[in-house]
Amino acid sequence: MSFLLLFIVIPVLTVIGIFFSKTHMQVKWTAVVGMSCQLILAGFLIYLFLAARAAGNTAEILFSQDMVWYKNLNIHFFIGVDGVSVAMIGLTSIVIFAGIFASWDVTDLPREFFTSLILLAAGVFGFFISLDLFTLFLFYEIAVIPMYLLIGIWGSGPRHYSAMKLTLMLMGGSALIMLGLLGLYFNSAPGGGPLTFNLIQISKVAIPMPAQRFFFPFLFIGFGVLGALFPFHTWSPDGHASAPTAVSMLHAGVLMKLGGYGCYRVAVFLLPGAAHEMAWIFLILTTIGVIYGAFGAIWQKDLKYINAYSSVSHCALVLFAVLMMNQTAMNGAIMQMISHGIMTALFFALIGMIYGRTHTRLINEMGGLMKVMPFLGVAYVIGGLASLGLPGFSGFVAEMTIFVGSFQHNDVFHRVCTIIAASSIVVTAVYILRVVGILLLGKIKNPEFNHIIDAKWFDRMSVVTLILGITAIGMAPLWLSDMINNGLVPVMQRILLAGPILH
Amino acid sequence: MIDFSYTIWILLIPLLVFVITGLTGNRFKPIVTGIIGTTGLGINFCLALFTAYKYFFVLDKVGGAFQKVIGISYTWLHLTDKLHIDIGVLLDPISVMMLIVITTVSFMVHIYSLGYMKGEKGFARFFSILSLFSFSMLGLVIATNIFQMYIFWELVGVSSFLLIGFYYEKDSAVAASKKAFIVTRFADLGFLIGILVLSYTTGTFDFITLTGPNSPAFTSGQGIMFLGMSTMTWAMLFIFMGGAGKSAMFPLHIWLPDAMEGPTPVSALIHAATMVVAGVYLVARMFPIFHHEQSALEIVAWVGGFTSLFAAVIACTQYDIKRVLAYSTMSQIGYMMLALGVSGYGGEEGLGYMASMFHLFTHAFFKALLFLGAGAIIHAVHSNYMNEMGGLRKYLPITHATFLIACLAISGIPPFAGFFSKDEILVAAFHHNKALFAMEYLVAGMTAFYMFRLYFNVFWGKDQHYHHTPHEAPVTMTLPLIVLAIGSTFAGFIPFTKLVTSDSMPFEAHTEWGIAIPSIFIALIGIGIATMLYMKSSDTSKKIATALGGFYTAAYSKFYIDEVYLFITKKILFNYVSRPVAWFDRHIVDGTMNQFAYVTNVVSDRIKGFQSGQLQQYALAFISGVIALALLFIYLWTN
Repeated sequence: MSFLLLFIVIPVLTVIGIFFSKTHMQVKWTAVVGMSCQLILAGFLIYLFLAARAAGNTAEILFSQDMVWYKNLNIHFFIGVDGVSVAMIGLTSIVIFAGIFASWDVTDLPREFFTSLILLAAGVFGFFISLDLFTLFLFYEIAVIPMYLLIGIWGSGPRHYSAMKLTLMLMGGSALIMLGLLGLYFNSAPGGGPLTFNLIQISKVAIPMPAQRFFFPFLFIGFGVLGALFPFHTWSPDGHASAPTAVSMLHAGVLMKLGGYGCYRVAVFLLPGAAHEMAWIFLILTTIGVIYGAFGAIWQKDLKYINAYSSVSHCALVLFAVLMMNQTAMNGAIMQMISHGIMTALFFALIGMIYGRTHTRLINEMGGLMKVMPFLGVAYVIGGLASLGLPGFSGFVAEMTIFVGSFQHNDVFHRVCTIIAASSIVVTAVYILRVVGILLLGKIKNPEFNHIIDAKWFDRMSVVTLILGITAIGMAPLWLSDMINNGLVPVMQRILLAGPILH
Repeated sequence: MIDFSYTIWILLIPLLVFVITGLTGNRFKPIVTGIIGTTGLGINFCLALFTAYKYFFVLDKVGGAFQKVIGISYTWLHLTDKLHIDIGVLLDPISVMMLIVITTVSFMVHIYSLGYMKGEKGFARFFSILSLFSFSMLGLVIATNIFQMYIFWELVGVSSFLLIGFYYEKDSAVAASKKAFIVTRFADLGFLIGILVLSYTTGTFDFITLTGPNSPAFTSGQGIMFLGMSTMTWAMLFIFMGGAGKSAMFPLHIWLPDAMEGPTPVSALIHAATMVVAGVYLVARMFPIFHHEQSALEIVAWVGGFTSLFAAVIACTQYDIKRVLAYSTMSQIGYMMLALGVSGYGGEEGLGYMASMFHLFTHAFFKALLFLGAGAIIHAVHSNYMNEMGGLRKYLPITHATFLIACLAISGIPPFAGFFSKDEILVAAFHHNKALFAMEYLVAGMTAFYMFRLYFNVFWGKDQHYHHTPHEAPVTMTLPLIVLAIGSTFAGFIPFTKLVTSDSMPFEAHTEWGIAIPSIFIALIGIGIATMLYMKSSDTSKKIATALGGFYTAAYSKFYIDEVYLFITKKILFNYVSRPVAWFDRHIVDGTMNQFAYVTNVVSDRIKGFQSGQLQQYALAFISGVIALALLFIYLWTN
């Protein structure tokens, strides 16, 4: 048995534990224990992975396990990891760990809340270790469904509308993905032989170009919806605004990465020929998305909307980099996913904490909060600086890798797209500093805020975990970058073989 | 070969101090944080001196030239097969010189702040960020490659942001910090694009390769690309844009005067002596490539020259003493840029380069002194406005004496430091471009004028009604003034031509009296006019201002550049881009999605009656169906 299975077993055990917990406290502590195990396990996985690579194990996929699940259709339960998925698992475990602490003061149906939250996480973990398209899709759906309940029941504002909108749009995406996956399945053996869902096997066959052209848009847009591809991103602001804190964190931090990861792992990797041909269309969309999200954020007044639009901008950069289809940019894409994941989780956690204290998310109604809640204030500034790509934080590493990578293309189109996308660093600075200025600095506007209590221990736990994540990557990015690069090598070989060698 | 690997501690010490003081925050008594910070910087100062000694006097020269030494280097990130970012220490004459400048001024400012910031609420925070700044600035100057420089470039930007916004409850400070960050960030976008172009064309970030005699930058990217300039010229121009932003060159200067909202020691350290000269340092660092791309260098010269004039004109009209000094800084940095712009490469040809670095060095002393002096004045009278001051020489003797030295130094009166460096710049300009040279003569006169306008207004004239009798600053504040005054007096005698030159080869310097003597006269004329107008309070100056009319108003309003920016950002970007984008997103993009939902809803509404949950209805439908089918079958059967 591969120990990767533990990534699914632990959440399931935690859920069972929560089911048998008696009190509110027990529920929370069960969740903490479960997710701490998950975090430790992820650390252990990173260690094992790096050790195996250092020991000269060059297999494309490590720790794999293949079980037949449904023989007639050749569906397998096939799991394994490479550098990229290890990194994504690390991200997920950090965000869910911080998320548990950020939802410490959920008092309404805590048992159900934590169950859904952890089920969601289980889906995400499953997604990242799956190498069989069927299993992958299954976990994808497991991750998306609890979202509806979490927003619909524990959300705020127009939560039913938002939950419905989010779920329907993502389901629309799922429908496209399913068609795309079936397309892959039925073309997985062009030379005859058994059809397969096995991702690695499919990557080794040349799917006929007409089929590639037909199915690529399904897969890319389908996953793109979740990755906030312009113009299919509008579920994101509403959904995030209504979602409870931990759900926003998990959703923006991890779930949106399923989209980016899917685009990279399924759409571009398995259909590289079509990807080369059609990249330009989506490049235009993502370039628009990068700038559009940033400008959209400037005008917003609700903290969550600001962060949601900021996420649109940052996630568009992920897809942008994936479409550049060279090793450096692709590496940047993965790092941007991780960086944005932790960063945005930090933001949503802080916004939740601020909202819990001020009972408003409108920046105009706040002001001078730095004075009464220095810890949260400083954390917000750190998050902001990370978000605008300050060196020393993960965002800088990711963005620079993306820009340098994209700039390796020697034609005007790619160059112009890169420069437009790069100019987002200025716009980002504008909206971040605007929020920091209005929200935290200046004088306290509302005298009631004088009685605000700064972060409690569980708030600190959550915030510190996330900040450690972004600074660790930002200060010493080499190990992460090399690990991802290692995972990317076979993928890039395959992608470059299929298309023109790009400079 | 000497082992320079210890130089990494020059970076690590301030970083450690920052982390320690940042994390412990207010747990210590504030003064403890202050002492930790100051001690750290003190050690750094000694390390820098030691390194300079070893570098200039112990290390063997190769072919008579100072070598470029990589003290230590780590790979930080792999980007492509060829490109990788390193973090390391590069020692060459200019970086070693900058180490001295930064650590000296920073050390002095630390000591000064112990007195100046006493009793401030954010005392610990102040020292903590000061360490962050020192770390970033030192990392910037010892960068081994352009990407490391960019990394630290951004970090100095953020420390500047944090320090300008130090009084974060004051709206003007918050606005100023935001402005500084965004304007320089915009310039940094240019820098980044420049780096991308340069690194793509040459395949390296490394300074030694890039500026060496066989630089790939000389051969690649030479074809005409756009608007009649080659790729490499464009790359250099973009990089210069970054430098212009940080060094407050026109038209990216608007953040610097506002940055005076920060505490005065910060203005002295960051916005006078160190960070703002980063742009000059950047051009000097890349100088061989700039020199190869003459059209880019020409632009550097003109931007520098114009800025120096432009800022000098504004400086003559301002009343806030820190703003006068800020515009003066801009003007002096303009000098340095100009000197680089008119420089050749190698030996005597590279006089401009040497002069620029020389002026950077001396300017750091006297400008830091001026700012710290201004801090002592503000400390004494609690005002920034020179028209609320007067007659202070009686109350602040040490400040007065040191301030006067600095004023003489900046005006270019021998034997003070500014004379020597400014003179070399004028000589270099004379041999290259007569128009620029004439402009700089004019600026020299104006510099003397506005500095003495400030000096007389503050220290002479009538006493004003002060809240309490002004008193001299404590010794922690006067000691740095004295040290810097000594520097401002004697720094001019350092034989820069032997130490810091464009190709690291020493050459013989000689003063061209034909240029030097008129420049002294011009300075004296400037001082003379200032003496006549301001030594005794009179309203002659007001009359002149009225006579100048519109021009005076325009200069007083800083030529309305701020308003232009406000128009572009607030009116155009905010109202005509951002707002429509937000509207478009909510109504068009999202509206379409909602329309889908709405249509689905309507359709389902029309057909939902079919599934009402009423058994009778189902039974009716069922039986009707059965009957209909039965009829159909019967019909088919019978035929």
